Amino acid sequence: MSEKYIARSPAVASRVLDGEIVIMSAIDSTLFSLSEVATIIWQAADGQTPLSEIVHKRICAEFDVSPEEAYRDAEAFVEDLAQHGILRVSSKPLEIDIPVVLEDSWA
Amino acid sequence: MQDLNRKALRLGIPLSVHLDVTYRCNERCEHCYLDHDDHGEMTTGEIRGLLDQLAEAGVFFLTLSGGEPLVRRDCFEIIRYARSLGFNVKFKTNAVMIREREARRLRALGVEQVQISVYSHRPEVHDEITKLPGSLKRTVAGIRLLKAAGLKVTLANVLMRANFEDGEGVRLLAAELGAHYTVDPTVTPMMDGNTSVLRHRIPAGSLRTVFHDPNLVEDVESFCAPPAPVDDDIREGLPCSAGHTACYISPYGDLYPCVQFPFRCGSVRRERFLDLWQNSPQLAEVRSIRGKDLTTCSSCSHLGTCTRCPGLAYMEGDMRGPSSADCEKSFVRTGIVTAGMIARETTAIPMAGLVQIKPLIQASP
Repeated sequence: MSEKYIARSPAVASRVLDGEIVIMSAIDSTLFSLSEVATIIWQAADGQTPLSEIVHKRICAEFDVSPEEAYRDAEAFVEDLAQHGILRVSSKPLEIDIPVVLEDSWA
Repeated sequence: MQDLNRKALRLGIPLSVHLDVTYRCNERCEHCYLDHDDHGEMTTGEIRGLLDQLAEAGVFFLTLSGGEPLVRRDCFEIIRYARSLGFNVKFKTNAVMIREREARRLRALGVEQVQISVYSHRPEVHDEITKLPGSLKRTVAGIRLLKAAGLKVTLANVLMRANFEDGEGVRLLAAELGAHYTVDPTVTPMMDGNTSVLRHRIPAGSLRTVFHDPNLVEDVESFCAPPAPVDDDIREGLPCSAGHTACYISPYGDLYPCVQFPFRCGSVRRERFLDLWQNSPQLAEVRSIRGKDLTTCSSCSHLGTCTRCPGLAYMEGDMRGPSSADCEKSFVRTGIVTAGMIARETTAIPMAGLVQIKPLIQASP
């Protein structure tokens, strides 16, 4: 199994409301409200931690679910968010792009 | 989105904030409700601190506007900081100052959409309204650059006396540019209560043409249908989101329920935003109003479908009263007079002998 790395896209907006994360993609304006498990994956999507490690350490450790089932569900979730441009997925570690001002003076 | 709004309402979260970062502008639109001077705008540091507070309060949708926000030299720093805090940012501009670099930067910063005012597809009409020669040409060039950079663009078409015949032209221009199109015939009094700009409003007869134009109104039959019977849900309902899940903050840090509702609720320069949001007596008053509490409109058959703006009503003297502009819109849409029109003797529409016709309510079997 090839490893997967996931990173939050810089083109999304997100906010925690009453314990749930709300995400909107600037690309297609789709609004997502993440479940508890999905929130864990989203928050752990630092581009550096393999998805298998996120599932093993963060999900299987907290929920009564087999590693195979948890990984299958996590993969489906990741692919869904990737299709909306909310997560980036790669076989190699990713940098999280932080919006930056290209130049301080633009006028 | 409805679920999110319901949740925000239940939890008392200000889901959407409109922040004008300046009232200065490079255009002088003849119908504008603002003056264009700087009376002491918030500094970059103050705005950063405010954005921290807004994020902490749960604000998700942030509209950055003006004036023309790009006249602030720290405009991109403000956008960058807002995006770093996770806001969904909508940016309102006239696009006159948009070059390739600005377009690319807005895209790189993850701005969700850009809204641009376009009054006409004809330069002589648009430029006459903005009082800036060459403005349509520059605005359209800016829109092309924004679209080329991959941004979602909406053309906001305010229809007035001077341009009400150009709605279709602007809609076609939007289609050619790959932009969304919205039309709005609302001209509001100035923030200081000056009503002289209202002379630019579309005459009722022309408004009727606009509201019945299938090219401008998606579903004319539904849009212009008689209002459904008023039920308890409508009577117990909220007039709009102003002060409930949304609010407006001026460049000077003053908090209002909405950009069209100049009922000052405090200053974020003096108090924390969340303290004002939760404890302002003015916001409490706005939040206390239900459909059944409206002095004239509570008995109106249009209560459930009218676009009644409490801010416009407030500017006419009573936030619980009717807004004459919205009475006119409801009448023009449906042909059914409103309770506000009956109560108001000084309407422009001949009222002699008119009574309000209420939709028939089917009797229970």
